[in-house]
Amino acid sequence: MTVRIDGTVCDGCPHAKEAPCMRVCPGDLLTKDSSGKAAIAMPEDCWDCAACVKECPRDAISLFLPTEAGGRGSTLVARKKTDGVQWTLTDRKGKTTRIFTAGKKVI
Amino acid sequence: MSTHRWELEVKKTDVLVIGGGAAGIYAAVTAREGNPELSVTVLEKAHVSRSGCLAAGINAINAYLNPGETAMSFLDYVKKENHGLVRDDLVLTMAQGLNSATDRLYDWGLPLLKDEAGRYLARGKRSVRANGERIKPIMAQALRASGAQVLNRVNAVNLFVKDGRVRGVFACSTREEKMYLVLAKAVICTTGGAAGIYKPNNPGAARHKMWYCPFNTGAGYAMGLRAGAEMTSFEMRFIALRTKDTISPTGTIAQGVRVPQVNALGEEYLHRYGARTTPERLAATLAENMAGRGPCYLDTARLDKEASSMLKDAYLNMSPSILLKWADEEAEPHDKPVEICGSEPYIVGGHGMAGFWVDAGRRTTLPGLYAAGDVAGGAPKKYVTGSMAEGELAALAALADLGEDLAPLSEREAREALEAEAEAVLLPLGQDSGFTPKALQKRLQKVMDEYAGGISTGYRVAEPSLMQARQKLRQLAEDVALLQAKNPRDLTAAHETADRVLIARVVVEHLLHRRESRWPCYQERLDYPERDDEKWLKFVNSRYDNAGDTVVVMERPYEGGAFDDSSD
Repeated sequence: MTVRIDGTVCDGCPHAKEAPCMRVCPGDLLTKDSSGKAAIAMPEDCWDCAACVKECPRDAISLFLPTEAGGRGSTLVARKKTDGVQWTLTDRKGKTTRIFTAGKKVI
Repeated sequence: MSTHRWELEVKKTDVLVIGGGAAGIYAAVTAREGNPELSVTVLEKAHVSRSGCLAAGINAINAYLNPGETAMSFLDYVKKENHGLVRDDLVLTMAQGLNSATDRLYDWGLPLLKDEAGRYLARGKRSVRANGERIKPIMAQALRASGAQVLNRVNAVNLFVKDGRVRGVFACSTREEKMYLVLAKAVICTTGGAAGIYKPNNPGAARHKMWYCPFNTGAGYAMGLRAGAEMTSFEMRFIALRTKDTISPTGTIAQGVRVPQVNALGEEYLHRYGARTTPERLAATLAENMAGRGPCYLDTARLDKEASSMLKDAYLNMSPSILLKWADEEAEPHDKPVEICGSEPYIVGGHGMAGFWVDAGRRTTLPGLYAAGDVAGGAPKKYVTGSMAEGELAALAALADLGEDLAPLSEREAREALEAEAEAVLLPLGQDSGFTPKALQKRLQKVMDEYAGGISTGYRVAEPSLMQARQKLRQLAEDVALLQAKNPRDLTAAHETADRVLIARVVVEHLLHRRESRWPCYQERLDYPERDDEKWLKFVNSRYDNAGDTVVVMERPYEGGAFDDSSD
């Protein structure tokens, strides 16, 4: 299990033809649960590419390390901007760090 | 669930590309630009916007000729890295296309940094820095702009061969009860390599924290094998040196911020082993561990805060989970060194050399079928731009060959072929008992790990245990017929598992055949520990004999120039 979907924030993108997180997962692992919210079908199959994390328009998806790989509660959330990605890293004590990575050539 | 509910559809296109990754996208774009009259279709198992190896992004273009480098010097480097054995013609033709592929990525919008002179910012002799988090969406946009058709969520399962020529592909939707036969005048296979053959580094919920894309399951290799194509170098498994637990790239540190590899005592150790090549650096690390001087590290403790922060940015563009590791350990990169380890072995033609045996036009031994990228053998060190260059070469060869006179196929013939294939392909849906794809895959991974040189044996192999692997894989091949599936997703998994079992059998036969140790860790035999250029500077190739259910192994000569690896 390496991405967590916050059900209180996810609204299932009801107006999209296909929810962006479901569209981009390279393993096609995201589905909708009975309440119409996004859910990860086979958490152990996740590759941690963070495509869904970046794509979620509501910051409902966060990346974390599985316990087996030394995960102890830190999380990463990403917000896609026109010229890059705004990341928010929250450590296990709740301290947040924001990092911006440029990812698109703006001409 | 009965199978007759599945909808069957025959589609037609001029050029069919299987797989929408770096090689596939560039092949499709090249075909459309080369002849805008042609219809070009890309089949993609996931969705082209983030599928395959580039899902997370990249932080460097690792195959680029910076000033002073040439296609010949690139070949020289690759030949040294490959311990003398490489297809010179393939590496040279690939190298000639690296820079134009890089320029295309830049034109499409990939942010490559430039210096005052307008040159890309070099990270090494053959590497330039990139903020490539969005490389895949950028490439997918260029694919759409080219006018190529894209069929997302469709998994290719078998080639359609008629009168000795590949005329199309059978494929299943991964979400709907729908199967296709896509007919084409030329088929370009760019499905990538194979992960999941060997037991992975991490257990449980972390089992897919791996170097290679876990969704690249070797479909192209398996389809080619079943159709009788010749393959090369499956014994050269690629094993990556990665960061512990998160299996993030080490080049980001080693080349990105230039710090040395050290053992637990803080000693630099590579010189002790005369380690210069990628496999030698991995072998040296294993040797230090065995000598009790492990674990080994990349010494990031030498970095200042600025370099530390640059490192984090670079990782966010490619492998963000290592930032979680630092946060979970309550440390910054410059607080302590980063531990390194070897990954499990993968079968890939882009870093290793396993794949279709092709000519300079990337034509396979099957007429009508071309191969590029990780699925094409003989030319390692491709990375993104080398895969693109191969995709371009394959598309150009396909366009040049299109004039060949093909006997027309009637709609009835195509329909009958699809119906016959559906019987076999949809078989797992009719099984009420048997094996789940996941269980059989875990069994396969255990067998390969323990008997065919996985992590648990330090990657080394010898004849007695390989013979055990051969026997156990034969049983697994029988069990494949008892795979069960309940829905399209399961069916995809069943075919992926069947493909991996066949690939594993070929890997084992290749490992048995090469009686020397050419590459440390990648192909190292305890019973033949020396490298033997006199007898073994040649390719081990194979084809699968469907009728006899056997792997036929053959040797092909090395046809390169003189090789001198005495100096760097």
